[in-house]
Amino acid sequence: MSTAANDAPRSRGKAPAGERVADWADGRLGIYSLAKANMRKIFPDHWSFMLGEVCLYSFIIIILTGVYLTLFFHPSMNEVTYHGSYVPMQGQLMSEAYKSTLDISFDVRGGLLIRQIHHWAAIIFLAGMFVHMMRVFFTGAFRKPREINWLFGFLLFVLGMFTGFTGYSLPDDLLSGTGVRFTQGAILSMPIVGTYISMFLFGGEFPGTDFVARFYSIHILLLPGIMLGLVVGHLILVFYHKHTQFAGPGKTNKNVVGMPLLPVYMAKAGGFFFLVFGVIAAIAGIVSVNPIWAIGPYRPDQVSTGAQPDWYMGFAEGLVRAMPGWEINFWGHTLVLGVLIPLVIFGVFLALIAVYPFIESWVTGDKREHHILDRPRNAPTRTAFGVAWVTAYMIMLIGGGNDIVATHFHLSINAVTWFVRIGFFLGPVLAFIVTKRICLGLQRRDKEKVLHGRESGIIKRLPHGEFIEVHEPLSQEQLHTLTAHEQYEPAEIGPTVDENGVERKVKGSEKLRAKLSGAYFGEESQIPKPTVEEYKEITSGHGHH
Amino acid sequence: MKKLSARRRHPLAALVVLLLALAFTGGLYAVFAPASKAQADQTAQSLAIDEGKKLYAVGCASCHGTGGQGTTDGPSLVGVGAAAVDFQVGTGRMPAQQPGAQIPKKKVIYSQAEIDQLAAYIASLGAGPAIPSAEKYGPEGADIAKGGELFRTNCAQCHNFTGKGGALTYGKYAPSLEGVDPKHIYEAMQTGPQNMPSFPDTTLSEQNKKDIIAYLDAVNSDDTVNPGGLSLGGLGPVSEGLFGWIFGLGLCIAVAVWVAARTAKAKKS
Repeated sequence: MSTAANDAPRSRGKAPAGERVADWADGRLGIYSLAKANMRKIFPDHWSFMLGEVCLYSFIIIILTGVYLTLFFHPSMNEVTYHGSYVPMQGQLMSEAYKSTLDISFDVRGGLLIRQIHHWAAIIFLAGMFVHMMRVFFTGAFRKPREINWLFGFLLFVLGMFTGFTGYSLPDDLLSGTGVRFTQGAILSMPIVGTYISMFLFGGEFPGTDFVARFYSIHILLLPGIMLGLVVGHLILVFYHKHTQFAGPGKTNKNVVGMPLLPVYMAKAGGFFFLVFGVIAAIAGIVSVNPIWAIGPYRPDQVSTGAQPDWYMGFAEGLVRAMPGWEINFWGHTLVLGVLIPLVIFGVFLALIAVYPFIESWVTGDKREHHILDRPRNAPTRTAFGVAWVTAYMIMLIGGGNDIVATHFHLSINAVTWFVRIGFFLGPVLAFIVTKRICLGLQRRDKEKVLHGRESGIIKRLPHGEFIEVHEPLSQEQLHTLTAHEQYEPAEIGPTVDENGVERKVKGSEKLRAKLSGAYFGEESQIPKPTVEEYKEITSGHGHH
Repeated sequence: MKKLSARRRHPLAALVVLLLALAFTGGLYAVFAPASKAQADQTAQSLAIDEGKKLYAVGCASCHGTGGQGTTDGPSLVGVGAAAVDFQVGTGRMPAQQPGAQIPKKKVIYSQAEIDQLAAYIASLGAGPAIPSAEKYGPEGADIAKGGELFRTNCAQCHNFTGKGGALTYGKYAPSLEGVDPKHIYEAMQTGPQNMPSFPDTTLSEQNKKDIIAYLDAVNSDDTVNPGGLSLGGLGPVSEGLFGWIFGLGLCIAVAVWVAARTAKAKKS
């Protein structure tokens, strides 16, 4: 600050280069306080906490490879004749978009590898987001204060679906063209607005000459731009909230036990990025994805069997394939229920998982912060709901691939479709009941272990001839881990008569809440965890049990 | 001429004209009709028909009837032609093992000579497409790209983009065309076996058929090179998605487990 400081003897010599660079940057960007606050941020160690990282890294890989692809792709539907190096397409008429994709695959150095990395990374990105979302769901990591971040993540998943879909449509090949036609059909099924939206989107009748260029800007600019913003927001919130952790000794709702971001997590995460990149690149180098040269250019008069969207849209495909082709003709207007109903279910079904955190917090009435994760078994109703949701989702994936299932398991496609139709309603119910029973069984097992210890497998014969199995008591740490979760009491409707003896009207929502709360936390839905008294009584007396 | 025109109202004039016309068409037919087979050939042919009839009586008659007239268990074979027999028996589909939604391809149990005899017998029941000669389905002069376009227009909706097969209703299916003899592909197009529509030469010309066969040979045969690597059955996004989930995400998770298990030793400070 003052000249006096400069005059002071420099006993320590010149600062190291890194320090000087950091100092230079801090003087201009003020990053010191930011770095100080965040560099020692603690991250707990658990493999399931790294699923989000798989998504982040595959997203980065998609952006990097995508930039390379834009250098060679021509988003144009001008009709050209192919004279490139792929023989079975020689002399065929095709759009410039399809031709440039063929050129990327066969004539651009490294083009096919980059294309396959891009596509595989997209498939893995979406799968990673799905699994990451389920991890957050089943461990209750969406509870306060993380509801907003849950919604951010959900939006990323949905936007990822549509970004993937628009990207799949860009090469203008016969497979994706069929998919775009399918989408146009879904748009047309919307009452009143459908035809207008379709005309605006395609610039006239399908397919027109505009949609590739339009999907291109949506695919490379609009949606990834929003996603990038959401990813940044998602990560800022992760930093702000700090990471959740599983219950264990020394872990409380007020601390995070793990390793600091710098240097440990930086090294781990950096290494993990290259491992994920390596896995995706190796797969892309070995396994073909979307071989558009075999599929052929899009022509509206052609179609192939086995025309499915990429997996993340398979759910929507399944809904339409399973739905009977109903339609209503009303005053010269057609309402295509066979497509409209699946479209509505698609939205409602996705929204169901998105709003679940708010439903749960309303039922529990719990407005506290939660930083300790639930083990799925300790929240049986939530776990059962999640499994039911996943079951319905997976059944619809089967529906989306009903023809492939039929041919490869030598079944009738009609039988598969009927299985899907019934399974969509019955499967989730069965999954709900079975999952809840399994959770309760596991809770009982935990209680048994806490009270009686672990079965050691050693059989002891007592002097009077009785055989007993020796149970080893659990360690203090294990006992803590198994009993750290809290259990809710079912909410009551509260007094209906006030102090003056006036009866108040009980609202329907109140009754519903009490009913749901009873279903969540009633006797049928959780096993009371062992109390200290129970533990003492059992362990103080006889040595066995 | 005058004499002729004078008698044009004669009651027998019409008869004379008719006789002349018949003689003229008969003469034309005699000139243009294929010459009848040589006597020796005829004997070989009738021998083959006799042998074929015996084979037919043993292997086929229980369903198709003793004279190929068909029963409730099998369709009439009158007029299906030698090509249909060569396809059905040559791919092992016939004789059928059991009735069902569709008769599958299986091991061929007749020798080519026996198949030819059977074909000769069936062809003798009524005219139908003959077994194509080798140059009709050979690769010479075929346009692969054109074949691809024809395939995508006429065949892909059941057989998939490159002929990997697909599902039809109620357990029926369009089989994979991988490793199918070009002759059998030609015959199938011509005769339309089982659930397949037939594509006679008026619909798909001989050149079209040749192009399609050449295209299939280029994209779906043992020596097809897949530039992208493993093709995952060529079934499209379903197998790609499954692979992505199991191996793509599976490997990433395996790596995550490995990374998470290796933690830094905390320094006491």
